[in-house]
Amino acid sequence: MNHWHFILGAYGVTLAVAAIEILAVRARRRAAARTAAASAREPGTRPANPVRGA
Amino acid sequence: MALNWFKLSSPASFYPVAGTLIPWFAGGAAVLTAIGLWLGFGVAPTDFQQGEVYRIIFIHVPSAWLSMFLYVVMAFWGALALGFGTRLSGMMTQAIAPTGALMTFIALWTGSLWGRPTWGTYWAWDARMTSELILLFLYLGIIALRQAIGEPRRADRACAVLSIVGVVNVPIIYYSVKWWNTLHQGASVKLTGASMETTMLAGMLVMSVAFWFYSIAIVLARLRAIILERERDAAWVGALPEVRNVAGVAR
Amino acid sequence: MSAEAQTSVAAATHAAGDAALAGVRWALARDLKLAFRSRAELGVQLLFYVIVVTLFPLATTPERNLLATMGPGVLWVAALLASLLSLPRLFATDHADGTLEQIALSPYPLEALVSGKIAAHWLTTGLPVVLLAPLLGQQYYMDGESLTVLAAGLLIGTPILSLLGAIGAALTLGLRGGGGLLALLILPLYVPVLIFGAGAVDATRAGLGATANLSLLGAGLALAVVGAPFAAAAAVRIALD
Repeated sequence: MNHWHFILGAYGVTLAVAAIEILAVRARRRAAARTAAASAREPGTRPANPVRGA
Repeated sequence: MALNWFKLSSPASFYPVAGTLIPWFAGGAAVLTAIGLWLGFGVAPTDFQQGEVYRIIFIHVPSAWLSMFLYVVMAFWGALALGFGTRLSGMMTQAIAPTGALMTFIALWTGSLWGRPTWGTYWAWDARMTSELILLFLYLGIIALRQAIGEPRRADRACAVLSIVGVVNVPIIYYSVKWWNTLHQGASVKLTGASMETTMLAGMLVMSVAFWFYSIAIVLARLRAIILERERDAAWVGALPEVRNVAGVAR
Repeated sequence: MSAEAQTSVAAATHAAGDAALAGVRWALARDLKLAFRSRAELGVQLLFYVIVVTLFPLATTPERNLLATMGPGVLWVAALLASLLSLPRLFATDHADGTLEQIALSPYPLEALVSGKIAAHWLTTGLPVVLLAPLLGQQYYMDGESLTVLAAGLLIGTPILSLLGAIGAALTLGLRGGGGLLALLILPLYVPVLIFGAGAVDATRAGLGATANLSLLGAGLALAVVGAPFAAAAAVRIALD
C-alpha cells in the first residue's frame, strides 16, 4: 500500500479547506462592504452608536 | 502604554485594531507553517512502526486541539454576550463558529486517513472519534441556529446558550482516552513532559502555534466582515475607505 | 451577620423556595391537564414508538441472537426519536397564543415553571416509554436481566432527554425549519445518554455489570436537573424578548 496517498490526501484537503475559507471570508467582506455602501447612500444613517445596547 | 480595554469593546473601536493585527498573525502563521513542515518532513525521522504516514500527525493533532480550544473560546465570548450584552462579544461567537467547524472536520478527515493504514480502518467508534464527531455536530447546530434566527441580538444570545450547554463535550473529548480503552493512544503530551521523540514533538508544537495564529487571523478577518454587515447603517462604516471605494457606487 | 439578619435571610430563602415549589406544582398540574385533554395526541406518540421499534426486525432479520444484540440500541434510539417528536409541544402551543408570555410574567420564577413543564413532559412521554420498552423488548428476545437494566436506564435517561430537550425547544421557539433544526441541536447532546443507556444493557449481556454505565447516567441526570431549568428559562426569555 502506497502510504503517500494518505499523506497527500490529508495535507491536500487541509490546504484546500484553508484556501476556501480565506476566499469565502474575502467574498463575505466584499459583499458586506457593498451592502454598507448601499446603506450609506440612504438617508437616516445613524450619527453615532445606537441608543440601545452596548 | 496604558490600554483602556473597555474602549475596545465597541465594534467601531475594535475594527481598525483587528485590521492591524490580521497581517501579523497571518504572516506568523505562514512562517511557523514553513518551519513546522520543515521540522516535520525534513528533520523528524521515519517512525519505527508506522513509516512515513505518521507525519499526518502534524496536521491532525493541531487541528484537533484547535477544534476544542476554539469551542471553549466561543463559549467564553458567548458567556460575555449573555452576561454583558455587548454586541462585539456576540459577533465574536459568530466569527469563531465556522473556523471551529472546519478545524473539527480537518481533525476527523486527517484522523480517518491516518487510521486506514495504521489501524486498518477509516473509522472506528472509539470514544475520542465519536465525541469529536459530536463536536462537529455541535458546531453545525450553532451555525444552523444562527442562520435560522433572523434577528442578530436574539441569535447572539441563543447561540451563546447553546454553546455553553455544549461545552461539557470538550472535557469529554479531552479525557476520553484516559477514561476509556480506545484505539487512540493515551496522552503523550502533558504539562510535565512528553513521551514522544523530540523532533516530532517540536514539529507538532510549532504547527499547533501556526494553526492557532491562522485561526486568530481568519477569525478576526471574518469578524471585520461581520462588523460591516451588522453595523452597516452606522456613519463610521460609511466613512471607511473600503466602503467609500466600492466599485460602481456613485459618490 | 447579626442574628436578626440571619433569620430574615433564612425566611426570605424559605419564601423563595416555597414560591419555586408552588410554581413547579402549578405548571405541572396545568400541563398535565392540558395533555390529558388531548389524550389522542399522547396515544399517537406512543404508537410512533411501537411502530419504529417494530420496523427494525422487519427490515433486518428475525434471527434471535442478532435481534437480542440490536434490541437495546433500537429501543433507545426510538426513545430519543419519540422524545424529539413530542418536544415542540412543550412551549410552542403556549407561545402561539401568547400564553407563554403571560406565564413568564407571573410571580413564580420562570425556572420553576419550566421545571414543572418538563416534569409534565416526562410523565406523558418518557414514563410511558419506560413502561412500554420491556414489553417491546420481548420482540427482540431480550432476557429478563437485560430488560431490567434497559428499563432502569430508560427510567434515569428519559428525564435527561426531557430536560435537555426543553433547552432545544426553547431555543427554536417560533423558528422555521422547526423539527429538523431541533433534532440537529438536541441529538448531539442526547448521544452520551444513548451511549450509556444502551451501553448498560450491552455490559450486562457481556457479563460486566451495568453499574458503571447507570452511575454515569445518574450523574448526568443530577447535572441536568440542576442546570437545564436555568438554561431553558434563559432560552425562553431570549425567545420572548
